[in-house]
Amino acid sequence: MADIAVPEVKKDIETPLPQEGTMAHLQPFPAAEQHMKPLNFPPTRVENWQQKGVEKLGEMLKKYRSLQVFMDICVKCGSCTDKCHYFLGTGDPNNMPVQRAELLRSVYRRYFTPAGKLFPKVVNAVDLDEDTLKKWFTYFHQCSQCRRCSVFCPYGIDTAEISMAAREIMDSIGVGHKYTTEIIGKVHSIGNNLGIPQPALKGTLQFLEEDMLDNTGHEVRLPLDQEGAEVLLVPPSADFFSEPHIQSLMGYAKVFHQAGISFTVSSYGSEAANFGMFIGSYDQKQKIAKRIADQARELKVKRIVVGECGHAWRVAYSFWNTLNGPFDFLDPRYPVPQHVCEFTYDLYKQGALVFDKEANDAHTITFHDSCNVARASRMGSSCGGQFEIPRALIKATANKFVDMDPDTTHEKTFCCGGGGGLLTDELMDLRVRGALPRITALKRVMDEKGVNYLALICAICKAQFNKILPMYGIPMDMVGGVHALVSNAIQLGAKKGIV
Amino acid sequence: MLALIAYAALLVFFIGFTWRILTYWRSPAPLKIPTTPAPTSTGGVVWRLFTEVAFFNSLFKGNKWTWAGGYLFHAALAVVLIRHLRYFVDSLPPFFAYIQIAGIIAGLIMVKALGFLLIRRLWVARTRAISSLADYLILALLLAIGLSGLLMKFVFRPDIVEIKTAMINWVTFQEVTTPGDALFLLHFVLVLLLMAIFPFSKLMHMGGLFFSPTRNQVDNPRERKHVNPWANKAVE
Repeated sequence: MADIAVPEVKKDIETPLPQEGTMAHLQPFPAAEQHMKPLNFPPTRVENWQQKGVEKLGEMLKKYRSLQVFMDICVKCGSCTDKCHYFLGTGDPNNMPVQRAELLRSVYRRYFTPAGKLFPKVVNAVDLDEDTLKKWFTYFHQCSQCRRCSVFCPYGIDTAEISMAAREIMDSIGVGHKYTTEIIGKVHSIGNNLGIPQPALKGTLQFLEEDMLDNTGHEVRLPLDQEGAEVLLVPPSADFFSEPHIQSLMGYAKVFHQAGISFTVSSYGSEAANFGMFIGSYDQKQKIAKRIADQARELKVKRIVVGECGHAWRVAYSFWNTLNGPFDFLDPRYPVPQHVCEFTYDLYKQGALVFDKEANDAHTITFHDSCNVARASRMGSSCGGQFEIPRALIKATANKFVDMDPDTTHEKTFCCGGGGGLLTDELMDLRVRGALPRITALKRVMDEKGVNYLALICAICKAQFNKILPMYGIPMDMVGGVHALVSNAIQLGAKKGIV
Repeated sequence: MLALIAYAALLVFFIGFTWRILTYWRSPAPLKIPTTPAPTSTGGVVWRLFTEVAFFNSLFKGNKWTWAGGYLFHAALAVVLIRHLRYFVDSLPPFFAYIQIAGIIAGLIMVKALGFLLIRRLWVARTRAISSLADYLILALLLAIGLSGLLMKFVFRPDIVEIKTAMINWVTFQEVTTPGDALFLLHFVLVLLLMAIFPFSKLMHMGGLFFSPTRNQVDNPRERKHVNPWANKAVE
């Protein structure tokens, strides 16, 4: 990765001039037979792939209103053209959301509209040929499905839906993406994205329990597969093994401990992430999500709490009920599922938790709204809770909090650059450049307000920033979870519990 | 002959538009995908759509210049259309006399806004990069309609009594004598062309917006199970 040029960080986010083909070289590794087979995709490209691909598109138009409407109604007003972090970082016109969508739309026109059949040149309609497929594989894997474009579109056209559809079509003709398909295979065979088997998971949790005992003097537990616990905790599997994720896991455990609420992690459901969404597969999304519902039944829990993971929260919050609901076997007094920030903040408001804010005095904190939490889900009972609750929780645990430029937070937040199934090393060039808008806003509060802690609630954001920040000359130890702050500030012991 | 072509164009418009809307209507929305923060009640969704239609809310967030040009064009077009009622209805209520002047000003604004949108499309490198021939042709068509209308108002005034008689006969299915004015014929035929291509073009954004799941869904997936009509009954 020596050839990766890190862009210069300016004071403000600047819109580049479109420059044809700057990212045409960058494709993810294609999936091999052993990655495609377990997902019931054709192991290699099917013979009549053009015909099959067009048929699949036709089938999906009938299954997804979003796709059908979004194919028709774009007026190319240009509102989205300067909104995608990948365009801002690369200048490649195919990374403008409208142009990315046009890659699919031009094929749609050719085969499904009278204008495209009669006057392909006039309306820009193209055949699904080798060249088109190459562009699809390239640029639909340069979209992190963050939905920032859909905020600014007068019709709400969501490029995430379009790139999911394109990936599903490609999978259906045997043209898959290694990173995502391989990981989904691991979820099914082992139970989590990282491929951590049950004994290793057990060992890790025990080690962390001892670590917390040493550091706090309290027996904070991290139970595994414990039937009859009150809560099933579903963190992203990175929380078990990666830095700085693991600090948040200890934060969750301390919250449960102090509130006196029993909980368990499930080894078979030890993964909140659901890469079925990234590849647009309804079936995979449903199968992966079903593990959690099954485990909740089997372990006879009453509530489900999801850890700090952006796209997982979208799937859990927005899709679980549709995919595997209703969850009428759980305690009806609580929403299903609950985000761990909701859960913790709720306990704090009830007085079950006491925080020592000074414990975080070394940090001046800013918060990065993760795209799937900000634009595709909610926390709490009122509109916008996904912005307020994490910030309120940070402010409850620390004295110094600063927001970044409002054009880069809340619903206008920028993707970290690694979401949507792109957190893979061969796409590093894209990940570095795509992070530029966020880094620009971050660097500004670092310089002007002395920010030295980037608080996150997403496993992908954490991994991405951990890797990318040093490339921009920013120390990686400023990356941390919101529950790492909770972990620092929480007062264990006296006045324990609410139940 | 012209009357028949005009009926045919209108028929294409109504049938085509209905066909597109039915297609949107029938296509299922399997999952909850509102762009959040989204309203948590149906009333909130109605308000969200209203602000999109009445104020172009999201476009305002996206680009102020495009919003200004687009908004002026659409608002002016609405006033111009209302003014045109006088050519199709025999006797209008007296207050319509006041709309005439507003309609004429709106006509001027509409053409200027279209000109601005065209120049902007050509001027800004990003919009130039995303534009196809069809995008320019539609702007050109609208501009030609607007300009031919303004020319009739301000320069080459046609026999308006003859035209109005023809139009009223046309909408009441009586025999139509085709007016002789060339500029009028151009104006009228271009409008017919616009109607005929409407359902097959991006102009369908007019109806499609209301079917956009990111805008028309209520944010309540935890409270109410959203049912996917084509879901497998059970995944084993």
